[in-house]
Amino acid sequence: MHLGVSESMRECEYSQISTRSSTPMETPYKKRTPKRRKWENFKGRNKFYCSGRIMMAKQTGVFYLTLVLILVTCGLFFTFDCPFLALQLTPVIPVIGGVLFLFVLGTLLRTSFSDPGVLPRATADEAADLERQIDVANGSTGYRPPPRTKEVVINGQTVKLKYCFTCKIFRPPRASHCSLCDNCVERFDHHCPWVGNCVGRRNYRFFYMFILSLSFLTIFIFSFVITHIILRSHRSGFLNALKDSPASVLEVVVCFFSVWSIVGLSGFHTYLISSNQTTNEDIKGSWSSKRGKDNYNPYSHGNIFTNCCAALCGPLPPSLIDRRGFIQSDTPQLAPPTNGITMYGATQSQQSHMAATPLLQQQSSDPVILTASPENGGALPGRTSLGLGGPCTSLPLGQPTPPTSTPSLSCHESTDMLPIHGHSHTHNHSHPHQEPMAHHCFLTPEEVPSPPGMLPCGSPMGHSHTMQAGFYNPASQDSLHEDSVRGLVKLSSV
Amino acid sequence: MATEFHNLQELRHSASLANKVFVQRDYSEGTTCRFQTKFPSELESRIERKLFEDTVKTLNNYYAEAEKIGGQSYLEGCLACSTAYLIFLCMETRYEKVLKKIAKYIQEQNEKIFAPRGLLITDPLERGMRVIEISIYEDRGSSGSSSGSSSVSGSTAR
Repeated sequence: MHLGVSESMRECEYSQISTRSSTPMETPYKKRTPKRRKWENFKGRNKFYCSGRIMMAKQTGVFYLTLVLILVTCGLFFTFDCPFLALQLTPVIPVIGGVLFLFVLGTLLRTSFSDPGVLPRATADEAADLERQIDVANGSTGYRPPPRTKEVVINGQTVKLKYCFTCKIFRPPRASHCSLCDNCVERFDHHCPWVGNCVGRRNYRFFYMFILSLSFLTIFIFSFVITHIILRSHRSGFLNALKDSPASVLEVVVCFFSVWSIVGLSGFHTYLISSNQTTNEDIKGSWSSKRGKDNYNPYSHGNIFTNCCAALCGPLPPSLIDRRGFIQSDTPQLAPPTNGITMYGATQSQQSHMAATPLLQQQSSDPVILTASPENGGALPGRTSLGLGGPCTSLPLGQPTPPTSTPSLSCHESTDMLPIHGHSHTHNHSHPHQEPMAHHCFLTPEEVPSPPGMLPCGSPMGHSHTMQAGFYNPASQDSLHEDSVRGLVKLSSV
Repeated sequence: MATEFHNLQELRHSASLANKVFVQRDYSEGTTCRFQTKFPSELESRIERKLFEDTVKTLNNYYAEAEKIGGQSYLEGCLACSTAYLIFLCMETRYEKVLKKIAKYIQEQNEKIFAPRGLLITDPLERGMRVIEISIYEDRGSSGSSSGSSSVSGSTAR
């Protein structure tokens, strides 16, 4: 009969609760928290501007220096040298200069502001899955195991994939972790302070275009400033020429020193592109023939032309970090037992808990219902349900405290959450209500991933009470009681 | 085996997440996006091997198409370069177009093949193109207690 009731209750209760992602509209009790974008929670050390559209490294001082140098030098060139040259030689000179300048600026900004190909960090489930696989392979040890590597054979060459402890992933080939930005970047070339960003898969071509066009611009300005001074000195002597156009001196100096480094860098990167290597690989000599006779670059396409075309004109992959997306309530988590602390011994209790928490989840998440494995013990970092967090934060979180059957302990502090439930144990119906509610007080801040501020304390809980009542098997109630007693004992020892 | 779910909605309403399987990347052909077609053991009782492998192979083909270096990508690259990449403000890159196709394909596969078997594929794009995450659901109702505990014990026993 109880089950029959639960079936019908399930039907009607389901229809009441909307599983669409909860919007602030559904949470009248919570003040509206604006939806946050993903860049605000980004784990690396990057800086974001313009609401996530622009992404740079943390230290941007040198980038501004680059910008100032380019702007000032070009500004001086256009102001002081171009009028003379346009009149004396041809007006095409400022035009070409202008085009080059705009191209340099465009590519610089594109390199600096775009995502270099950052790999997002692994989700908790993925990380746990990998850890399990590694433990199985190595044999679990108590301390941090030695650096984990995986070997793959790519086009006949054995490549070692390293495990990144920060991002908790096995880095794809050619990816590297940038210590300045604290991110793993695909096809990591180098971190360039001059552009204030990493250079990786997604912005390498812009970087290359930048240094190439900058070298042309530098040579262009250098040669035409020299021409300008020479033409003037023919008229009025060398010293007078310098006096008439003092800016030219500054330009010559800047360009002279820049030319060597920029042109050198362009040449170097042209070589890298034609052999399809990254700066990283070249410096380490990964594919150098000095390492061995059979050592060759497995990524090279064979000829220079194809390599160049692939690097510069190949498809541009989209950003994997989706910085402007809104933070959704997360997809259900398995809450793996990373610390091995079991809260509940009986497997029966698992069912009840699995049943309990999803109901709460239902209200808040668009994706699927969660069930957390009971060995949670706070294994999930940073997943707080703020809606419940209010009254519950006073309760010990992150500790393996099972639900208590004394409503006084759990529900007193959350009386505003549970206005309808008294403290009676005897009533069959309220018993399952209180247990899961107590669960929620203790567990849900870890277990239930819900968008911050989305989860109400009020009426939807009421829904969930009744739903849970409908849901529970009479068989599980005994285990609940068992657990609650156990919990009580544990709590008293806390 | 879990009870039949008639559609994705029903799956979401009445199922509980039991486990997740991750299909890793296959780097044997370089850095191009490919996923391993090896059939995970956890799915043995849930889905036919051939269906799973077909899905992964189709996804691999889509990704290969997106990353193909050929006439069209060169044209796109040169055009973009000559317009200082401003053209991407109005136009989608080929890669993005293929990714949309992939998202649609995954949605279709979920609805037709995976959800009725209590499984759900997550688009690899949401996982940084590292893995194909397959969520295994158990019906919380009748078969919940037995299969739930078995899947939990299965995961810990690994």
